[in-house]
Amino acid sequence: MAIGAGLIGMLVVLGILVLLALFVVGIYNALVRLRNQVDNAWSQIDVQLKRRHDLIPNLVETARGYMQHERGTFEAITEARSRAMGAHNVAEASKAEGALTEALSKFMLVVENYPDLKANQNFLSLQETLTSTENKIAFARQGYNDQVLFYNNKIQMFPSNIVAGMFNFAKRDYFEIQNEAERSVPKVSF
Amino acid sequence: MWELIRVNKRNSVILLAAMGSVLLLLGFTLGYLFGGAPQAGWFGMLIAAGIWLFMMLISLSSGDQILLSSAKAVPVTADVHPMLFNVVEEMTLAANLPKTPKVYIINDPAPNAFAAGRSPDSASIAVTAGLLGKLNRDELQGVVAHEMSHIIHRDILFVTLAGVMLGSIVLISEIFLRSMFYSSLGSRRRYSSRSSNEGLAQIVMIVVAVLFAILAPIFAQLLYFALSRKREYLADAGGARLTRYPEGLASALEKIAGSTVTMETANKVTAPMYIANPFRGPKAMHLYGTHPPIEERIRILRNMSHGAGYINYEKSYEEVTKRSPVVPASALKEEEVAIRQGAAPSKPEQTTRQQARQVGDLMRTVSAFAFLACGGCGLKMKIPPNYKGAAVSCPRCGQKSTLPQ
Repeated sequence: MAIGAGLIGMLVVLGILVLLALFVVGIYNALVRLRNQVDNAWSQIDVQLKRRHDLIPNLVETARGYMQHERGTFEAITEARSRAMGAHNVAEASKAEGALTEALSKFMLVVENYPDLKANQNFLSLQETLTSTENKIAFARQGYNDQVLFYNNKIQMFPSNIVAGMFNFAKRDYFEIQNEAERSVPKVSF
Repeated sequence: MWELIRVNKRNSVILLAAMGSVLLLLGFTLGYLFGGAPQAGWFGMLIAAGIWLFMMLISLSSGDQILLSSAKAVPVTADVHPMLFNVVEEMTLAANLPKTPKVYIINDPAPNAFAAGRSPDSASIAVTAGLLGKLNRDELQGVVAHEMSHIIHRDILFVTLAGVMLGSIVLISEIFLRSMFYSSLGSRRRYSSRSSNEGLAQIVMIVVAVLFAILAPIFAQLLYFALSRKREYLADAGGARLTRYPEGLASALEKIAGSTVTMETANKVTAPMYIANPFRGPKAMHLYGTHPPIEERIRILRNMSHGAGYINYEKSYEEVTKRSPVVPASALKEEEVAIRQGAAPSKPEQTTRQQARQVGDLMRTVSAFAFLACGGCGLKMKIPPNYKGAAVSCPRCGQKSTLPQ
């Protein structure tokens, strides 16, 4: 009798332990999935920034013939691009990318004064690609921040915070817009 | 978001179970009626369950393909409409979807759109040529974001499953009603030798069964539509959140509402998938319940003055409709999301004729027409894909041009 009761007790404890382990494994896997999604969202921003770098020489080449008097605008774009491509750390890169965004939006405003250029089919398709790339950079950032919000919520809320603490899931930072110029549409005076 | 998906999934299961039990009850009643014994009722139920399972498997494995081809949607490549593809890619990034949905164009001049698929990994988005002709970039983005929300919320799976089940209930009732009509011609002689008591029971059973056969599809449809209305509001909320720009979707809905063309490629079962009711005129009244009034949806979106998050949509929804909450409470915990400024220039002023010509060109591109400018007068010739000759003569100036291979 005593052996039987002990066995049952052991089985119950074992059962509880197995359930607990399954529970922890489930939460752990969910956290890993979320963390990978955050990493993936971060790499998407990089992909889009590279696309923009590749796009610029083509854009400048197409527009140059029409805009003889806008040497300064082109120089600003080309310089911002090479600085962004040569950036060594995140802080440097986000500053340079901000400057590039600003230079490009100034360029798009200047384009309004050149109806011939705006009628060029090749330029129109480049303009759509540029608009889309700018949007993709913004939406990739937005998507990254949304993903970070889910992830941070998950590792701070009970009961997943216990598992997150056990396996060192660190809180991630939001991608904040670095300079003030990017927050607003730039004003260009002629 | 996770909570929103969970609530939506639970609702889907409840609805599917309700629809399934309607189907099973219908099978039981019909079996009892025709067999005259409870055993036959169980048998009828078994047959109904078999049909239900079969339809489920079909709709799970290729439901999206059935819906897309019944809507006459054609898969297209990026060069047909680069802007559409760019917008879909942008919204994929914003939504953090693992894969860009496949893009389809429907050759229909009525502006509309829908999403289909089993999961976010295998989703498709279809828009009509009319929609592409009417909307500017921001508006198209709003519509695509609305469809993207249907994908994130797993509405696409729900609509596919519920659509197939509704289809099978309607089918079985139809078969039953017809067979009742024909069998009633010969039934009188068959039962005349039995006692009057049994005859009465038969009549009562027939009346109950007919009532049930009429009511079942209506009940199923009501359920289906009630939930799909709520889903449209939620997809609007999600669309505003993804784009951070409610005005884009609002203005797109306004243009869609302004269209007076009925979609030729839509039908009763596919109607709830579309972003707006595809029917106009007397047909629209018949299906009034599929979509919330579009003017109300526009008012809610335009009333979101403080932010673009779910919580802002919820506030605006309650202010405009004075009804109880639409967004699940668990989705409202997130912080407020700021609205961004619209960037796209409005679509250049076009005459109806110019717009129709653009839509026509797009539809021909989708149908694999070749375009060729005449060497003599520059007339843009449209060559159908089944044209066999090596050269065409211009209908305006008569000069011959050879076709590029």
